[in-house]
Amino acid sequence: MSKKTIIPIGPYHPLQEEPELFKLYCDGEIVKDIKWETGYNHRSIEKLSESKTYDQVFFLVERICGICSTSHPFAFANAVEEIGNIEITDRAKYIRSIIGELERIHSHLLWVGLAGHFLGYNTVFMWAWKYREPVLDLFEMITGNRNSYAMFKVGGVRRDIENVKISIIRKTLSDIRKKTDLLAGAVMDDPVIHARTKGVGILTRQDVIDYAAVGPTARASGVAIDVRKDDPYAAYPLVNWKVITAQAGDVFAKAEVRLLEMYESISIIEQCLNGLEKVKEGEITVKVKEIPEGIGTGRAEAPRGEVFHFVVSDGSNSPARHKIRAPSYVNIATFKKSCIGQTIADATISLAAVDPCYCCTERMAVAYDINSGKRIMNANELIDCSIMRTAEMKKNLINN
Amino acid sequence: MGFKDYCFKKSLWVFHFGGASCNNCDIEILDCLTPRHDLERFGILLVGSIRHADVLLVNGSINTRDKDRLLEIYNQAPKPILVVAIGACGCTGGIFAESITFAGPVDKIIPVNAYIPGCPPKPEAIIAGIVKLVNKS
Repeated sequence: MSKKTIIPIGPYHPLQEEPELFKLYCDGEIVKDIKWETGYNHRSIEKLSESKTYDQVFFLVERICGICSTSHPFAFANAVEEIGNIEITDRAKYIRSIIGELERIHSHLLWVGLAGHFLGYNTVFMWAWKYREPVLDLFEMITGNRNSYAMFKVGGVRRDIENVKISIIRKTLSDIRKKTDLLAGAVMDDPVIHARTKGVGILTRQDVIDYAAVGPTARASGVAIDVRKDDPYAAYPLVNWKVITAQAGDVFAKAEVRLLEMYESISIIEQCLNGLEKVKEGEITVKVKEIPEGIGTGRAEAPRGEVFHFVVSDGSNSPARHKIRAPSYVNIATFKKSCIGQTIADATISLAAVDPCYCCTERMAVAYDINSGKRIMNANELIDCSIMRTAEMKKNLINN
Repeated sequence: MGFKDYCFKKSLWVFHFGGASCNNCDIEILDCLTPRHDLERFGILLVGSIRHADVLLVNGSINTRDKDRLLEIYNQAPKPILVVAIGACGCTGGIFAESITFAGPVDKIIPVNAYIPGCPPKPEAIIAGIVKLVNKS
């Protein structure tokens, strides 16, 4: 076996916004194996959620990830409404879908920018982030905050989109559509981007099925998986739209799927705005007295794929158990297929192509010895043990 | 003019440390550098290594795993350095202050020069905070 060089990326690397550590095992310039390590971002959200009331949990799950900060409340609301058998009003459904789709547009624009940055196209980065600003302005107008919108609650939404605002949203959307044309043209027609991304980081259809990948990562390999179609929620069954797929499975196909999805999102929002005009203003919540005992699962299509929330209620005012699975958790595993065999320069864009989000995915790892089954402690825990032992002995000595 | 004033008189180079955050503050910091706000006009530049930086931006709650690394990065920094805690989590721990892996807000670990609260603070607030800090020092 030849000698391999380990190239670490992270945990605090200028390329990444979030802390995580990749180890690329390289032979020459070819990546032979890849390992990733997290834990730098762990905030024990599932545990915290059990100490908060149902209304407070929305603010907590929103802060799992700042980029998909509607998808998590969306899935949580679906789960709790399944337990309580709550049917929300049409207006609330439309508003929820509008917020969800606006988020998809801003998230995809953000990704296009970052992907451009990774390829060395800082112009694309600056453009995409410039055109993202009007979307954030819309959010500020509708919800009062640029990120973390706090729009959802059990049984509806917190704020209405008044009919006077609809024309402003329409105008901004038509502007965004023009900018998307421009960006899509710049990306799709550029021969250098074609050369850098076509045939790079390929995931075949079988790989996607084996690794259970979701979202644009799966759709770019020809697997038409989308929770909005497969398990319809909110206003998605009420509007016309189609699932975008591509066949190639490479980085270019993933970019193509995301860019075309933005058009679909714009069209969904426009149809939802038409729907809003037809229903009565102000009917945004139904009264929820209590959440009965039961188990609920909620799914929502985040910009990165399926978000899954599992909630157990014991009839009290806070969840008894709350389990979260974010899309990146499954998508990150596909790195094993897409990065191995690439050069180091191509590995970075293959890593970025699934739009991984580590703050969603964060897990805590506990190491156990295989033979004895005992927990392996780290240095700090051993010191704590030692301090406890000293305290115990001191106590015994004083007592005697 | 003292040595410290001299150090912070011209272009400030910024290093960004994202602790256990939700990404919101991270993208708002990046947003400051993009065309609408364009901090590079003032010579403020995001750099890849703490050894080149004048300002250390820390955001997110700090968990047990980040704590030692934050200390190490602070120790590697050329002094004098300005430390700015960004966002509710950086200032106090915010919604994650009760978390079992929480290792104390930033000012318990390293000295902090300025706090920019908000969840997330708007880019305007981040810029205003840094301008105030520069005028003061």
